[in-house]
Amino acid sequence: MKRTRVQARINGEDRDFLCEPRQSLLEVLREELGLTGSKEGCNNGNCGACSIIMNGRLVNACCVLGVEAEGADITTIEGIARGDRLHPLQQAFLEEAALQCGICTPGFIVSARALLDREPDADEHRIRFWLSGNLCRCTGYDKIIRAVQRAATRLQEAQA
Amino acid sequence: MHAFDYARPGSLAEALALAGNGRQVLFLAGGTDVIIQLREGRRSCDLLVDLKHIPELTRITELPDGGLEIGAAAPLAEVYEHPQVRSSFPALVDAAGIIGGIAIQSRATLGGNLCNASPAADASPALMALSATLRIAGPAGERQLPVADFFLGPGRNALQPGEILVAIRIPALPPRAGAFYHRFIPRNEMDIAVASSGVYLALDGDGRIADARVALGAVAPTPILVPAAREALVGREPGIEAFEAAGEAARAAALPIDDMRGSAAQRRHLSRVLTVRALENALRRIRGGQPAGGSHQS
Repeated sequence: MKRTRVQARINGEDRDFLCEPRQSLLEVLREELGLTGSKEGCNNGNCGACSIIMNGRLVNACCVLGVEAEGADITTIEGIARGDRLHPLQQAFLEEAALQCGICTPGFIVSARALLDREPDADEHRIRFWLSGNLCRCTGYDKIIRAVQRAATRLQEAQA
Repeated sequence: MHAFDYARPGSLAEALALAGNGRQVLFLAGGTDVIIQLREGRRSCDLLVDLKHIPELTRITELPDGGLEIGAAAPLAEVYEHPQVRSSFPALVDAAGIIGGIAIQSRATLGGNLCNASPAADASPALMALSATLRIAGPAGERQLPVADFFLGPGRNALQPGEILVAIRIPALPPRAGAFYHRFIPRNEMDIAVASSGVYLALDGDGRIADARVALGAVAPTPILVPAAREALVGREPGIEAFEAAGEAARAAALPIDDMRGSAAQRRHLSRVLTVRALENALRRIRGGQPAGGSHQS
C-alpha cells in the first residue's frame, strides 16, 4: 500500500513520517515515531487514554488518521514536562496518588492540561465534566479531580 | 482496518468529481463515527474523501435575515463556541455540547451526526425543532431538504450516491420564540440518549402559543416530529396544562423498542416527561430566564 509523507509539529519539533491512510494518528505516534506515552485503550473514542492536543484542541488520537495530521501542531504526554521538570499537573498527580496502574494517566494529564490552558479557574464541576471522556478503572476519580484542582491552584499562584 | 486511498479536496467541485469516479467512496468529516466503523469492519471504501478543507463545509456564516449557515464539517466545539449560536440558538448548544466528551466535540460535526443517522443522535431533534434545512450538493446541482425529511431509518439518510451534505441552515427565530433540547441518560455525561426531546415554542402578542414543534429522538427508527403535540399547543396559554397535553401527544407518538439502553415502556414515559420539561425550559428562555438543569456549555 502506498504510504503518504506527512509533516507535522510534534512537541515543538518538526517531524515528518510516512503512513498509510488507514493508520490512526495513535498508531503513527506509537509505532512510527516511538512516542508510546499515548495509550491504546478502547480504540473507539470512549476512554481517552490516547488524548492529545491537536491545533489547540483536545482530541482522541485513535479517532484521527495519521494523514489528517498534515501541518498540525500536536502535543502528546511526552511534551508536557519541561526537560526534567515535571509539569505541575504531573507533580500533583504524584502528590495526590492520583494513579495506580497508570494506563489512563497520560490521557488524564493531557486532557487536564487542555482544560487549564483554556480555563485556569475551572471549578470541580467543570473539571469533572471536562474529564468525562477519560476513564479510569482503578484509582477512582476523586483523587484525580483533587490533583487537577491542586495543579490549577499552583498554576494560578505562579501567575499571580 | 482494510487499506484505502485518501483524498483531501480543497473545493466542493473537486470533492463531487472524486465522488463520481466510480470507486467506492466514503466521506470523512470529524471521523468519530466513520473511522471507528472502518476499523471495526462495519463499513468499507476504496477512497476516503476528507471534507474538512472545503471552505463551504467548514465555515459558520451569519445570514442577512439573522439565520445561520453552519458548514456540515465544522467541529461541534466551534459551533457551540460561536457567539451567534450561543446568543440566538442556545438549543443547538444544548445538543452540540453533549455529543460525546470534549475530545469528541473537537472533531465531530453536525453533518456527521446527521449523516450517521442514528435514531439517538442529539443534533437531530434539536435541528428539527429549529426547522433547519440541509444544503445538499450533487452531480445534478444543489438541492435543499428540511432536516425532518433526511432520516430514512437507522443508519440510512436521504443522500443519493455522489451527493454531499454541504451545510445546515437555521432560520432566525421570530420575536417571543425559544427552543430547548435535552435527553435522558443513566450516566451524567458521555452516553447515548435513552430518549430525547427537542422543542420550539413561539408566542403571539397576547402571550398565547402561536407556533410550536416537538421532536423526539431514540423512540422510533428515526428521530420524529410530533404534529399532534403542535396541535395540542397552538392557540393555548403557555403553561403546564398545554405542556402536559403536548407531552401526552409525544408519549402516544413514540414507537420505541426494548434494548440495552432502556425499555419501550420507559421510553414512552420519557417521551412525555422530557417533552413537558423541554417546553417549560423553552418558555423560560422566551422570558429571558435560564433553563432549569442548564446546559453544560453555557
